Amino acid sequence: MTNILEVKNLKIWDSRNDRVIVPNSSFYVKQGSCLAIVGESGSGKSVTCKAIMKLNKAGIRQSGDILLRGENLMELSEQRMRKKRGKQLCMILQNGMRAFDPSCVVGVHLKETLMEHFGWGRDEIIAKMKNAMESVMLKDPIEVMNKYPHQLSGGTLQRVMIALAIVLEPDILIADEPTTALDTLSQFEVIEQFLQLRERMGCSMIFISHDLGIVKLIADEVLVMKEGEIVENGTTQAIFSEPQHTYTRYLLSSKLAMNQHFKRVMGGVNVAER
Amino acid sequence: MGSYITKRLLLSIPLVLIISFVTFAFIHLSPLDPAEVVLHSQGIPQITDELLAQTRAKLGMDQPFLTRYLNWVVSCLQLDFGDSYITGKPVWSMLGPAFLHTVKLTLVSTFSIVLLSIALGVACAWKAGKWVDKSVRGVSFFLTSMPSYWLAALLIWYFSVKLDLLPTSGMESYKSYILPVAVITISYAGIYFRIIRSAMLSNMNEDYVLYARACGLPEKKITIHILRNSLQVAISVFCMAIPIILGSTVVVENIFAWPGLGTLSVKSILSRDFPIIQAYVLVLAVVFILFNTVSDIINVALNPKLRDGL
Amino acid sequence: MKRLQNVWKDKVAVLSLSIITVTTVAGIFAPFVAPNDPEEVHMELRFASASWEYLLGNDHLGRCVLSRLIYGIRPSMLWVFVALLLSVSIGSIVGFLAGYFRGKTDAFLMRVCDVILSFPGYVMTLAIIGILGVGFESLIIAFVLMKWAWFARIIRSSVMQYAESDYVKFAKAIGASNMAIMIRHIVPVALPDIAVISSSSFGSMILQISGFSFLGLGIQAPEAEWGMMLNEARDVMFSRPEFMLAPGLTIVIVVSAINYLSDALQVALDPKLMTSKHKQQGLEAASAVKLEGKGVA
Repeated sequence: MTNILEVKNLKIWDSRNDRVIVPNSSFYVKQGSCLAIVGESGSGKSVTCKAIMKLNKAGIRQSGDILLRGENLMELSEQRMRKKRGKQLCMILQNGMRAFDPSCVVGVHLKETLMEHFGWGRDEIIAKMKNAMESVMLKDPIEVMNKYPHQLSGGTLQRVMIALAIVLEPDILIADEPTTALDTLSQFEVIEQFLQLRERMGCSMIFISHDLGIVKLIADEVLVMKEGEIVENGTTQAIFSEPQHTYTRYLLSSKLAMNQHFKRVMGGVNVAER
Repeated sequence: MGSYITKRLLLSIPLVLIISFVTFAFIHLSPLDPAEVVLHSQGIPQITDELLAQTRAKLGMDQPFLTRYLNWVVSCLQLDFGDSYITGKPVWSMLGPAFLHTVKLTLVSTFSIVLLSIALGVACAWKAGKWVDKSVRGVSFFLTSMPSYWLAALLIWYFSVKLDLLPTSGMESYKSYILPVAVITISYAGIYFRIIRSAMLSNMNEDYVLYARACGLPEKKITIHILRNSLQVAISVFCMAIPIILGSTVVVENIFAWPGLGTLSVKSILSRDFPIIQAYVLVLAVVFILFNTVSDIINVALNPKLRDGL
Repeated sequence: MKRLQNVWKDKVAVLSLSIITVTTVAGIFAPFVAPNDPEEVHMELRFASASWEYLLGNDHLGRCVLSRLIYGIRPSMLWVFVALLLSVSIGSIVGFLAGYFRGKTDAFLMRVCDVILSFPGYVMTLAIIGILGVGFESLIIAFVLMKWAWFARIIRSSVMQYAESDYVKFAKAIGASNMAIMIRHIVPVALPDIAVISSSSFGSMILQISGFSFLGLGIQAPEAEWGMMLNEARDVMFSRPEFMLAPGLTIVIVVSAINYLSDALQVALDPKLMTSKHKQQGLEAASAVKLEGKGVA
């Protein structure tokens, strides 16, 4: 299997106070596989992902190489990078409620994005989005598109983002803690959609989470981060059965109880058996 | 939405009533006897008790307080605010034209304030922390510490006296607008531009901007989204700017001899022409309440979240 | 008071503080500081330029400009401060009563404030002066009457926040009297908030009051006041524009110093205001209310 994304010697620092956030990270994502990045909040997971998209805030700088299908993103101009975002690199944010412009109906964002990348007309966009939204189990897609973000639930908006990703067919999908802001039931529904997304499209994915229960379900490989550094890296099975680093063991033991609780709530059948 | 507008408008009625009562009662708090003022202004040398009683009767002062108040309200509704003590002319014939002149000045100033503060607010938010932002904020800090009448005097001295480009006072041509509008704009734009700037900055850090970028939307489109959300905050504030400026052009009008409400009101205060002061306060208070109501309604109409909360 | 130490590190803030202190002291001890009698007329010295005896020259009646500026500190700055203090005190009392006791007291007091705030501030100030008659006392009374409601509103919300804190609940539970709780637990924590909001209105109040004096609605001749001096200078603006400079610059310098110090104080006493988004929106709302008070002065 080829690597769709390779990150080499990625260093991220805050230029305003010279604080190093991520000293030196290297990792890769194989074609069609899912890499989970785990770690506590503040461990540099989100910043790493935003660095791949080159979307960190103005004061935050980065160096190193990020190769997407062999093309170095670090050398791209902002304009060419913008063309990659959405179409090749797609992102799903943590809080669906805040990911859409609160003064516009949800459909506006979808339309603008698809128009930008594919130049489709209105009807074509609606038709494609309708299909995709139905496939993520959203009822009445047209109605959803005509609603304002605050009129919809976090889970629904999360699935709208997934539906948009389905239409965009990116090379790699980056999901930044997509389930943290949801209640348990919606978490279950959203995870279900992620699993189907992988099955159906063979989409490569980076999945950030601090919920090891979900990681175990969805990821092929796991990267454990602590204070900006990668402390452990391996297949999901290996990490969960024979954790090498003490920090990983600590994470596993502390999350074990919650993990079991999670399975119990989810009914333990549908998801856990996959 | 319709019911909200009705409710909001109905709610402002008791406020208008309270204000009309306070305005009316105010004049009676004055230590001076209106009849005396009238007689003085007519240049009558010997004020006898008989004459005073006559004048009081003519002014309707011998009737009970509440009757007078009700009569006053009824005639105010017909734009009859009585006659000026000093000139003897109907108040509205003096107040009406002055009101119109001040409205003209206010609208032009508001327009220029809105344009300038949006332009500066967007530019500073975009370049936050850079020299453009720092220098604009520095200059605006300095200008808000400057008395507007002093600024006006400096501008008159430079543009009218030294360069002889603009008229010093009056309201003859469009040129007469330039300096008063400039002074009002400079005094207010500093406040409004800061509101826009900080609204823009807090919107820029919102997740929806990050997601729009992550979806590859061009910066131009994203800016429109940010501006749209920032202006939502600003529009109701701008709406309130109109009555606020309408009520505070006093200093500028006086220094530029603008024949508006400010000049008229100061003249009336100095000559104790109570009917004019009364009408002036009432008209502006009603305008103020009206705009307050309208700006609330606009705020709700623009904000989908508030709209649903009804 | 550790938080105030940051203010000391800011050189401009220290400079501002020194300007304010020097001005205040000069104003209080005006008879000792001023080189001449501010009301002494020397017709032979009309419009004389600066000399050793009259450092800033003489005005249209030959009076010493510098001495007039120094005596002007009293009405232009010190009396404005008194007016501010008065309206903040009334506002604090109302705000404390409303915010602490809540219920009907709160509802009634806040309705009164609503009514006052729904009047256009500038217009009402003019109206009050119109009724009480032109003069500096009327002007100060008008300001106090119109301003307290705004302070009451803000102090109320700040008190309400502290009155719900756990230590106040605890004090109530162990049976401390309302008075004791207010004095011991709420006043000390609410004071910084009060200091910040009152200092932020000080500058604009100086500008407004001098503006009214400029219109001839405030202090009357021959007494010295900065706005009044500018009014006198306006009459000779075309022939002697330099007379606008001294009083104008004095106002700009003093008001800038006050505004700067007030901003620095706000950052020092309430750092949350600068970072937390939620609070910032609250601040925005407050400053929108404040706009009414600012006005062209």
